[in-house]
Amino acid sequence: MSGPIHIRPDETFTLNVGPQHPATHGVLRVKMEMDGEYIVKAETVLGYIHRMHELMGENRTYPQVLPNLSRLDYLGALGYTHGHVLAVERAAGIEVPERAEYIRAITVELNRIASHLFWFGAFVMDLGGFTPLMYAIEDREYILDMLEAVTGSRLTYCYYRFGGLYNDVDDDFIAAAKAFIPRMRKSLKKYDALVTGNIIFRKRLEDIGPISAEMCRKYGATGPVARGAGIDFDVRKNEPYSVYPEFDFDVPVYHECDSLARYKVRMDEMEQSLRIVEQGLEKLPDGPIMPKKAPKLIKPPAGDYYQAVETARGSFGIRIVSDGTKNAYRFKLRSPTYSNMSLFDEACEGMMIMDALAMMGSLDLVIPEIDR
Amino acid sequence: MSLTILNALVAVVAAIAFAALNAAYLVWAERRGAGRIQRRPGPNVNGPLGLLQPPADGIKLMTKQLMIPGGADKALFMVAPVLAMAPAITSFVTVPFSDTIVAHSMNIGVLMIFAFASLGGMAILLAGWGSRNKYGVMASVRAVSQNISYEIPMLITVITIVMMSGTMNLKELVGAQAGGIWNWNIVPSLSSPLMPVSFLIFFICSLAETNRAPFDLGEAESELVAGFHTEYGSMGFGLFFMGEYANIVIGASLITILFLGGWDCPLGLFPGVWWFLLKIYLLIFSFIWIRWTFPRTTIYGLLNLSWKILIPISLFNLLLTAGLLKVF
Amino acid sequence: MGAYFSEIFLGLKSLFIGLGITFKEFFKPVVTVAYPYQTIKMSERYRGHIELIEDEEGNPKCVVCGMCERGCPSGCISLASESVEYEVEVKGEMKTKKKKVLTRYDLNFTTCSLCGQCVESCNFGAIKFSKEYNLASSRKEDFHFDLLNRLKERNS
Repeated sequence: MSGPIHIRPDETFTLNVGPQHPATHGVLRVKMEMDGEYIVKAETVLGYIHRMHELMGENRTYPQVLPNLSRLDYLGALGYTHGHVLAVERAAGIEVPERAEYIRAITVELNRIASHLFWFGAFVMDLGGFTPLMYAIEDREYILDMLEAVTGSRLTYCYYRFGGLYNDVDDDFIAAAKAFIPRMRKSLKKYDALVTGNIIFRKRLEDIGPISAEMCRKYGATGPVARGAGIDFDVRKNEPYSVYPEFDFDVPVYHECDSLARYKVRMDEMEQSLRIVEQGLEKLPDGPIMPKKAPKLIKPPAGDYYQAVETARGSFGIRIVSDGTKNAYRFKLRSPTYSNMSLFDEACEGMMIMDALAMMGSLDLVIPEIDR
Repeated sequence: MSLTILNALVAVVAAIAFAALNAAYLVWAERRGAGRIQRRPGPNVNGPLGLLQPPADGIKLMTKQLMIPGGADKALFMVAPVLAMAPAITSFVTVPFSDTIVAHSMNIGVLMIFAFASLGGMAILLAGWGSRNKYGVMASVRAVSQNISYEIPMLITVITIVMMSGTMNLKELVGAQAGGIWNWNIVPSLSSPLMPVSFLIFFICSLAETNRAPFDLGEAESELVAGFHTEYGSMGFGLFFMGEYANIVIGASLITILFLGGWDCPLGLFPGVWWFLLKIYLLIFSFIWIRWTFPRTTIYGLLNLSWKILIPISLFNLLLTAGLLKVF
Repeated sequence: MGAYFSEIFLGLKSLFIGLGITFKEFFKPVVTVAYPYQTIKMSERYRGHIELIEDEEGNPKCVVCGMCERGCPSGCISLASESVEYEVEVKGEMKTKKKKVLTRYDLNFTTCSLCGQCVESCNFGAIKFSKEYNLASSRKEDFHFDLLNRLKERNS
């Protein structure tokens, strides 16, 4: 059911999908003017979890900011830390040994799979099916156990350092990762049969929540939201960084612009991440994980440095303006979910509330990342 | 004279006790079944296998404070849970468990059960409206339109069966199917070749009438917090909960009586109440199984399913059966 | 007309496939670890709160340089020391030298983010992560750890 409907604006009531709500993942408030079940106007109110990460970046030295980056988007934390570490290494001119780069790429892709698994479970739970959440979390436990054996934490890792890693991976990790890959492929087939092929699920998502490429460009949406609308842009391919040019993987793009396209983009991305992990484990070189002359005190020369990485939610950018001292002068975080969320107000006009919430689920929001 | 009154009283109390016990322990069965499907244990702390969980929940619900939201319509608010639970339990009076076990066999048993089921729909509307909560009103409006749309194919299918058997008395409906699985109403025969389709339609409609997933828009937990019973705590919520499970048992009993031969054995050997109970519980297991597998439909998907798919097919089946009954 | 029926038929088939998958999962073993009755062993590198390492005589290796205190982003470590004189033999005669001895090492775990800057910046190998995960309490004061005391309790 789509298309414009004639709505009488003088008979509406205001519904507050408030800060405490099971469907908005985090503290997000959406003030909706409703006419029965249809949304006339929606207004997003942010800021309930603003924790001033950018100001903390200015008040602390560069190594002291490392734990903050994991707390931004806790589901895909390694991608954000990767961006930060690359930006500071570019600023201070630190060379990273190859083994460290490969391990970083492998762990970032494993974290991306974990983040997409959690999104998948929470999204299907929003639509009413409670079981795939449990299956997805069980798969995610394998990844978290692997990463815990290496880094020591399960969710907010503080693993990358400027120049390399904190500690090295051992053979147990490589064996566990190699055993995980066929297991995950079997699980993806199971999710395909249980969820993607299901007629109820398809009716819930086909032609629902159209976000066109024009709207994506207007609001600066990136990541699976843009790739579900036909825009072929992935930072790992278009502006390559780290060791990604060595890997052979595809970027899934769908042109239907509806929620099902965004869902399929993420499921295909999980498969492509598995390919990257496989290739990374095969090509893993030996060597040190920190450069020989790793500087203890980081004072980048004065200047303006930017680094963009592709995280699970889109293109995360970090801009460091340094004035030569040991604190940054300006520490700017470009959060992908902020741009993805800003198109919600325009996209949900005239929709029913069930469809609007399904669309919100397909945007994959993590609110602490919007409010930083 | 007084003995028959005593008999009647005992029979009615037994029927109500059966309904209440089922409603309480079906919750346990659902939570354990859901747990096993999701690879987790389900309640296993209170008592062996968690069997003391329903009494523990009951005590908790009864000792909580009953809060009425300010500005809510007190009469409607208090009446709604009772209205949700009472008709379901009273319908048990006509359900025949076996040849000899029935509280009161009525000649219009089928009609009576459906009449009481419609009262349940009214209870949802009173609950949503009386709580003075926008989420509640929206959810109850959805639930009422769902209830009305799915009663129609259900009744059309029942008319088909009543036409075939010639009676509305539930005991005689089962009696017409005695003698083994080839006599049951679900098996297609010369005068009604589309019976399995009717069974499927009736099954889907009873899922929708009892507000079970995938048709649980009334209590859409992840969108409208808790739907029409958002504002109910303590025993109000408990009554809605138990009413829903009593409705499920009534729905399963109806399916068994109308299509699966009631207390008849598949081979026709030892008919009895144990076959009836076995069939009911298998059907209830499939209700639980369906709930935890599928997501929720949208309101227009649900109404489309009823008006555009179920009603035409059941009408066609009715006309076909009426025509073929004249011939064969 | 054909599309109407084929949609119904294919839809029903997908529903039955889904039911088959959950039915198979019904019979697989349970994944849950019944926590208080069964526990999981923590991995080697698990990050609990930090604790002091002692040398052969049972004294903490910490020389109170203060690198951990300065490196912590949240300011949860506070140290105190006192100067102690000790005799040592240098080229045949006894000389008195001074060294710093740790008297207090307080960790405020309510603000610690387990980043590891303290462990990394210690040049003397005096602190490491513990494996404590079973910390639950109803008062904030229970999380202001006195690490020197804990070292003594562990040794005694």
